[in-house]
Amino acid sequence: MKRSVFPNRWLPYLLVAPQLVITIVFFFWPAIDSLRLSLYRASPFGDRMIFVGAGNFQRLFADPAYLRSALTTFLFSFLVTFIGLALALLLAALANAKIRGLVVYRSLLLLPYGIAPAIAGIIWLFIFHPSYGILPYLLSFVTAYQFNWFLKGWVALTLIIVAAIWKQFGYNLAFYLAGLQGIPSSVLEAASVDGAGPIRRFFAVTFPLLSPVTFFLFILNMTFSFFETFGLVHSVTQGGPGDATSIMVYKAWKDGFEGLQLGLSAAQSVVLMAIVIGLTAFQFRYAEKKVTY
Amino acid sequence: MAAAGATSGTLAADLARAVPATAVRRRRPDWNARVTHMLLLAAVLVLAFPLYYAFVISTQSLAEVSSLPPRLLPSSSILDNYAEAWQRAKMGRMLVNSGVMALGIALGKISISLLSAFAIVYFNFRGKQLVFWMIFVTLMLPIPVRIVSTYQVIADLGWVDTYWGLTVPLMASATGTFLFRQFFQTIPDSMAEAAQLDGAGPLRFLWSFLLPLSKANMAALFVILFVYGWNEYLWPLLVTNRPEMRTAVIGIEALVPRSGSQLPEWNIIMAAAMMVLLPPVAVILFMQRWFVKGLIETEK
Repeated sequence: MKRSVFPNRWLPYLLVAPQLVITIVFFFWPAIDSLRLSLYRASPFGDRMIFVGAGNFQRLFADPAYLRSALTTFLFSFLVTFIGLALALLLAALANAKIRGLVVYRSLLLLPYGIAPAIAGIIWLFIFHPSYGILPYLLSFVTAYQFNWFLKGWVALTLIIVAAIWKQFGYNLAFYLAGLQGIPSSVLEAASVDGAGPIRRFFAVTFPLLSPVTFFLFILNMTFSFFETFGLVHSVTQGGPGDATSIMVYKAWKDGFEGLQLGLSAAQSVVLMAIVIGLTAFQFRYAEKKVTY
Repeated sequence: MAAAGATSGTLAADLARAVPATAVRRRRPDWNARVTHMLLLAAVLVLAFPLYYAFVISTQSLAEVSSLPPRLLPSSSILDNYAEAWQRAKMGRMLVNSGVMALGIALGKISISLLSAFAIVYFNFRGKQLVFWMIFVTLMLPIPVRIVSTYQVIADLGWVDTYWGLTVPLMASATGTFLFRQFFQTIPDSMAEAAQLDGAGPLRFLWSFLLPLSKANMAALFVILFVYGWNEYLWPLLVTNRPEMRTAVIGIEALVPRSGSQLPEWNIIMAAAMMVLLPPVAVILFMQRWFVKGLIETEK
């Protein structure tokens, strides 16, 4: 708290006004309206809204397509986060000599941060392209299996997972490299003197000491894959083939804007809201405790 | 980026420690450093390959693109492809829209959060806790959790297909407010006292003292927010319908063939993709120092 405060009655309100107006009009009001809307359903002619209570939620959770979408989303987010972090950590741990020029590598690694997920997706779409893509071409020497993401759901899912991991990888690696630089080499040397081999040193010393970085990157990658990959799905697979890549945000958008089922879409938004609140609560609950040294 | 909280207390310190390139030089054997260079170089090359490949495709003719085995060297159709992509996607207009959106959001967020942080740190007023709390809660309300209703608000305001609709609703920023608040708290009290003794009012103090001091933070925030605004996808998809109001990132989707009857002109698509990804990447490159600072500061 500052000791020297400006004595002024109305100015502070004026200063926070723009922020608060935007917050209320474009954040709070729509959020509350989503909650309200999730309890209604449009009448058959679309001219009025009928109160259905928890009906939309019951419908959602009884709908195999929605449950599949939830499963796809969790699988997608988990794989993007887990594989992305594991690869970055592995590489960072292997590349852990203190070297010159780290700043240059970091600059290069961080460049994909500037590329929109949708653009990343379109580039990978071509790499995966069944007729012209370089990846199916190379794979055709190994196996006769047709890696056609237009037809095979798991290939499409792999495509967006790879694109998402690619987009996040440099960022994850840069933060792990920075974290490793912060570990005092005396600690590792001490473990070494005690007879710990490289693998044991990694699991007993390095990994625990990096847990704050891992936790931070975990939350960040989960948030990214849950909420910021809409563009990736929309521009590349459009949820398909079938609904193999229809992640929750995409489905909420599609049901609302293409299916015009406003209540159902709002109910999906409310579920997503619960997920964000859960993630945030988790983050603040464990941020200080579990991940300290 | 939204909900990353107070997890990286040590991270800033770690990164700061990692920054000076002159640091280090230990008694580790030299081959260790070489292996590290090799691994990092390999990582950079693997990461760069898709970008290189996309660029190569954007320089080839349609026949070259669809030939097997794939050709991995640039060809001569570069000008034709970029001109064609520019014309067909109405790239000029879309890039302008993206620019307006990215700049509007970045500058708007910076100004708005600077003002609210100033109010929160330098004034005592009733309801300050509530204001702080309200700003914090926006972290938990990203666009996906309020899709239909936000569109309704934009439609009621008549903001569909306008620059207002593209920018203003995204200008609230908890991250920015917290960043400036944290920074202001490190400024010694004596400064505000001295300014008051000199007869400077609060706005004078903000303009002549705080603003110049905040330049580095503003630049850092600018890079992050510009990239965010340029790359935002769901929002412009919601609030624009007319092709001439679409942003580049969502406009490019229209080029991707969805049916067998369309010519798969991947060279044109990749040329368009290159044009769309260049501005944010250029901002990151040219403002490298601020970008790294921004990454660290905004994720706290």
